[in-house]
Amino acid sequence: MIDKKTIEHIAKLARLHVTEQEAIEYSEQLSKALSYFDQINKVDTNGVEPLVTPTEIESFWREDEAKEEFTAEEMTANAPAKAGNLFKVPPVV
Amino acid sequence: MDLTLASFSEIAEAVQSKKVSAKEIATHFHARIEKLNPKLNAFTFINGNAVHDAEALDKRIAQGENIGPLAGVPFGIKEMLCTKGLPTTAGSKILQNFVPPYDSTVVARLKKSGVVVMGKLNQDEFAMGSSNETSFFGSVKNPWNTDCVPGGSSGGSAAAQAARMVAGTIGTDTGGSIRQPANFCGLVGVKPTYGRVSRYGIIAYASSLDQAGPMVSSVKDAALTMEAICGFDEHDVTTTQRKVPAWSKNLSANVKGMRIGLMKEYMKGSINSDVQATVDKAIDTLKKMGAEFVEVSVPMTEFAVPVYYLVAASEASSNLARYDGVKYGYRAEMGNLSAVDLEDFYGKTRGEGFGKEVKRRIMLGTYCLSSGYYDAYYNKAGQVRRMLMNQYLEAFKSCDVVLSPVTTSPAFKIGERVYDPLTMYLNDIYTTSTNLAGLPGMSVPFGMSQEGLPIGVQLTATHFEEQHMLNVAYALEGASDVKGAKPHVF
Amino acid sequence: MSSSGYEAVIGIEIHVQLSTKSKIFCADPTTFDAADNQNTSPVSVGMPGTLPVINKKAIEYSIKTGLALGCTIREKSIFARKNYFYPDLPKGYQISQYDKPICENGSVTFKVNGVEKTVSITRAHMEEDAGKSTHSGDYTLINYNRAGIPLLEVVSGPDIRSAAEAAEYGRTIRNIVRYLDVCDGNLEEGSLRCDCNVSVRKIGAEKFGTKVEIKNVNSFRFVEKAIEYEIDRQIDAVERGEKIIQETRLWDPDKNRTFSMRAKEDAQDYRYFPDPDLLPIVVSKEMINRFMADLPELPIPRAKRFQAEHGLPEYDAQVLTGEKDVADYYEEAAKESKNYKATSNWIMTELIRELNDAKKEIKDSPIKPQQLGKMISLIDNGTISGKIAKTVFSEMWQSGKDPETIIKEKGLVQITDSSAIEKIIDEVLAANPQVVEDHKSGKKKNLLGFFVGAVMKASKGQANPDIVNKILQEKLKV
Repeated sequence: MIDKKTIEHIAKLARLHVTEQEAIEYSEQLSKALSYFDQINKVDTNGVEPLVTPTEIESFWREDEAKEEFTAEEMTANAPAKAGNLFKVPPVV
Repeated sequence: MDLTLASFSEIAEAVQSKKVSAKEIATHFHARIEKLNPKLNAFTFINGNAVHDAEALDKRIAQGENIGPLAGVPFGIKEMLCTKGLPTTAGSKILQNFVPPYDSTVVARLKKSGVVVMGKLNQDEFAMGSSNETSFFGSVKNPWNTDCVPGGSSGGSAAAQAARMVAGTIGTDTGGSIRQPANFCGLVGVKPTYGRVSRYGIIAYASSLDQAGPMVSSVKDAALTMEAICGFDEHDVTTTQRKVPAWSKNLSANVKGMRIGLMKEYMKGSINSDVQATVDKAIDTLKKMGAEFVEVSVPMTEFAVPVYYLVAASEASSNLARYDGVKYGYRAEMGNLSAVDLEDFYGKTRGEGFGKEVKRRIMLGTYCLSSGYYDAYYNKAGQVRRMLMNQYLEAFKSCDVVLSPVTTSPAFKIGERVYDPLTMYLNDIYTTSTNLAGLPGMSVPFGMSQEGLPIGVQLTATHFEEQHMLNVAYALEGASDVKGAKPHVF
Repeated sequence: MSSSGYEAVIGIEIHVQLSTKSKIFCADPTTFDAADNQNTSPVSVGMPGTLPVINKKAIEYSIKTGLALGCTIREKSIFARKNYFYPDLPKGYQISQYDKPICENGSVTFKVNGVEKTVSITRAHMEEDAGKSTHSGDYTLINYNRAGIPLLEVVSGPDIRSAAEAAEYGRTIRNIVRYLDVCDGNLEEGSLRCDCNVSVRKIGAEKFGTKVEIKNVNSFRFVEKAIEYEIDRQIDAVERGEKIIQETRLWDPDKNRTFSMRAKEDAQDYRYFPDPDLLPIVVSKEMINRFMADLPELPIPRAKRFQAEHGLPEYDAQVLTGEKDVADYYEEAAKESKNYKATSNWIMTELIRELNDAKKEIKDSPIKPQQLGKMISLIDNGTISGKIAKTVFSEMWQSGKDPETIIKEKGLVQITDSSAIEKIIDEVLAANPQVVEDHKSGKKKNLLGFFVGAVMKASKGQANPDIVNKILQEKLKV
């Protein structure tokens, strides 16, 4: 049900290079998994609101106060490529 | 005092009263790590500054400072918790060389309590796995039998703790990743109620399911750890403002009158006979102590595994989008950057940086959220999830704690289940529903298989009622005849 | 403008950058001129394990803006992740709102060329801004200072029918957010961004034509030009039988045309889902009512009030309410002067001119509103003439002193005593016998002005001109 073409489309959306071989492999594995997962459609969920956060958590809104806790150097220290304190990437059209 | 087997309280008391120095303790465990890690591959990074950090602690004590309830206790921290100045890779190539300039809240609070961080512990890549076989840093071996997996995703934590390379470890649990490896390695592993522990600085896998927790050698040590790490954090709005109970102080093995639920759905499956025997013995033991058993039913657990994978993969597919080679981490070799197409840049970096299981789950999640499939998969899963949680909450009206197996069998062999993802996913059959419902859950060791592999018992309580489950675990621990058993690699 | 039976259908999305001190989901400063990546932290750079925490002020500003736009405020709204890949988007998703936005179903009414127009506001939702890319030779460089600044995206219905309406709609929104002090509304700096969706169809047609997006036009004048151009371009294309391509276009102010930026790929699949790191925003009725009570009087009702209660003409009311600070100044000055029209005149002509020349904002005016008001009341009660007032005004502008002080120091009190004026007139007449002769003999006409000038000069401009005229005319009667 998830054919190779769909895998390629999904891989594109997710920005993941997959080889021909991987695409075929993933197609088989994901199809099998989804077949099994499909059973949730047996459940009658009429009128049920989906659950996101599973416990009752009290609302917390932050006060509007500016804080400077990190330097630009610290924030760019892990950059694979940079120019000064700017992150460097391939040219974006 | 045998340092290797000392409890947290013993260590903290000794250190604070200067009977033993934190430096001596750190040195002792550092030596154990150096000796045992080559056999187990539990640590991905050993903190060369640990002894130095311990010394600093001793200095403060010398100056009269009262450090805290975990003074001088050496801990191993699961890879995916950010540790300032130490590599944090989540077991993945895509984060190799990433050194965060900040501590996760859990680590900051442990340090504040006096913990000495000995190093980072191996794990399944991005916490996606149940055997620690997907790590970029190689598999971890189970100290009880090095042909076996330690469980996952917190496999490194489990192995390090079982072999007492440290006094305590932290793991994370999204679908069972603390409880299952704790179970496979004879440890006490606790996943607190969702919202008890801050997720700030913990590399996200599935935001609505992840919780960090202790993987340690006694229920009391687990309670002490939880007291140190739990509590509201203004960096994580999904943490509760409820006060942190005095769990360790209120630990009691008196379970007279405690209502223990046995889930119809979990007590009927086909499980390994040794596991069955252990669970039966636990029930027997508790009955003799005066606990009352009731049957409860949570029919929606039938769908727990599919709902878990659909929800977790969806959230993960989005959480892992930030690993793109722009700001940190791995970037694919691409020759002249100025000639590179942006899509290729991302595709190659992520394609090479992520392992197979991670890519599979990202694709699964992307698919579930995509146009045309959102309703049938992501949305539907969310609805079933709510029904599951409601059924659990209903069940907890007639019992205080639910008791069940942790897994269908003890630790399996390395390489045995990697070929078929679906089979691997079904490992989690008893643990995923806990995360989906946000309930607290734990594993406590109680038996041993005929091959000498540990078997634990799972306890679950309702939201924010950890004390009940800790007490039942405490009672079982006291009556256990596998307490004190040592693994093969020790 | 409709031509040859076509009508334009225009919808506008305005991104309002909220002027909070810190970002929407973390405490980074929002200052405009920080050094590269100085206003960042692990959260805004999307580092592993970081989590968003909502800024209370951003919620307040969003609700206030929604209320000012006549929207219903949703009591429980949800943040959703909009997933896509771009280097200026650090997390690989933007936290926005999707099917449960905080504000919905409002409208604004304004006038275009004297005709009233109402545009519906479909929704206004909160989201975070992205970082900035700069192209440097063969690379692109990314700065995340802007990443995480709070935005309120205001989306209009497709109700706009002309370029002029579009520009006026934009100005109306801008004025409102400036009145509320939630945004400084600066299109050039990007604190207000305008994206226009333009399509055309034959009048009477039911279906909409293909819409084209025009992005990042940085002035309302250009918005009007760009839309005009685009409408014509589309009508031309349709007439020639060409298909309109759904795409994004930019405005070229040098060539006065829109040009294609990029073709809109098959609609991007953003895979929106509720952000599990954030809780729903729950707002009580009490809170909404409190914010409603807190709203300042908005420009359009204020202008209406100036007309109804102060008797000002529509033009004056519109100019004065064009900026909240000006309207506030006017009201304060008028309270002092008790003369609405005169106050309006002095502000619109003299004060605004001085402010423009000096490139000052009215809040930095050296003349305080009470001072202007006092000066006007001094004209009205005859202490000074309108002419003298000009001098007083000038002095107030230079020195910032009170009008009474200036009048006293410079001895500018108007002379209204008839006998004093008569005395001066007699002196002037006596000093200019020949001119008197010429006037009386009728030899030269229009010499009255000469005498008035001389009297004013002799009295240092302080003689009341009406009295001067009256007495002179009597004395020079033939």
